[in-house]
Amino acid sequence: MAETKEINPDIVGRVYPADEMYSVGREKIREFARAVKATSPIHFEVDAAQAAGYVDLVAPPTFAIILAQKADAALIQDESAGIDFSRVVHADQRFTHHRPIIAGDELVTEVHVDNVRVMGAGAMLTTREEITTVIGEKVATCISSLLVRAGE
Amino acid sequence: MTIRFEDLEKGTEIGSREITVTRADLVAYAGASGDFNPIHWNERFATAVGLPGVIAHGMFTMGSAVQLVTDWVGDPGAIIDYQTRFTKPVPVADAEGDNAPNTGGNVISVSGKVGALDDDARTARVDLTVSAPDSEGKDQKVLVKAQAVVKF
Repeated sequence: MAETKEINPDIVGRVYPADEMYSVGREKIREFARAVKATSPIHFEVDAAQAAGYVDLVAPPTFAIILAQKADAALIQDESAGIDFSRVVHADQRFTHHRPIIAGDELVTEVHVDNVRVMGAGAMLTTREEITTVIGEKVATCISSLLVRAGE
Repeated sequence: MTIRFEDLEKGTEIGSREITVTRADLVAYAGASGDFNPIHWNERFATAVGLPGVIAHGMFTMGSAVQLVTDWVGDPGAIIDYQTRFTKPVPVADAEGDNAPNTGGNVISVSGKVGALDDDARTARVDLTVSAPDSEGKDQKVLVKAQAVVKF
């Protein structure tokens, strides 16, 4: 049997800095919009987005999960954090948009470990992903709570 | 925008819809989002970890449910905050037969109403009710406290 990992409560307060830029493309916005069954032309047609006052296509409200989960990989893969990803269940999710994500944006994501609550059946891990442009403009804040079930 | 903030009251209904989700939809969502967890496409893996079978990504449900709000307000960029708790999985049955990838699956029911208004900020909080049948056919609330804040 594989060795059981145990979450390290001392990771609270850790920050995993943004090290990779994410370039928001029109086709990714269209692909993601189709995948969540969105039909608003503001996701698909540049003319419609511009008529609504945007410079380019607008991403759907949950598009930021792509960036958040990519950035979370740094924490999940950090051996010292002790997170067994095969035992992770998504418990809560929140997106706060300081402004919409728009095609052409160049974004970076910083991961903050805000809380670890050890419970009987495992631990609840709360992370916060701060998404900004490469020049530091705040774009979105994601808060994710993951239930990490204890090993048997 | 056809909806006027001044016309809204707490309790105003924004409508309802049904979202069909098949395994083909989950594969599309996996590709669009980058979340390739096998519980969303591999029956053997899903049952081995104690699930009734393949289940939808919680983020598929969250992302598709909010489309009711996007279409109501007419502008995806007006949704400045969106959160939910994931309470029950959405089982997604396999296709019926070998050449009908869009059969089988499940149906997610979404309805929404105005839960709170902030006159100073000119925001409306839309509370979504999101349910789907479990693997025994019993209707379950799959998202709880699913709230989208719309800026007017």
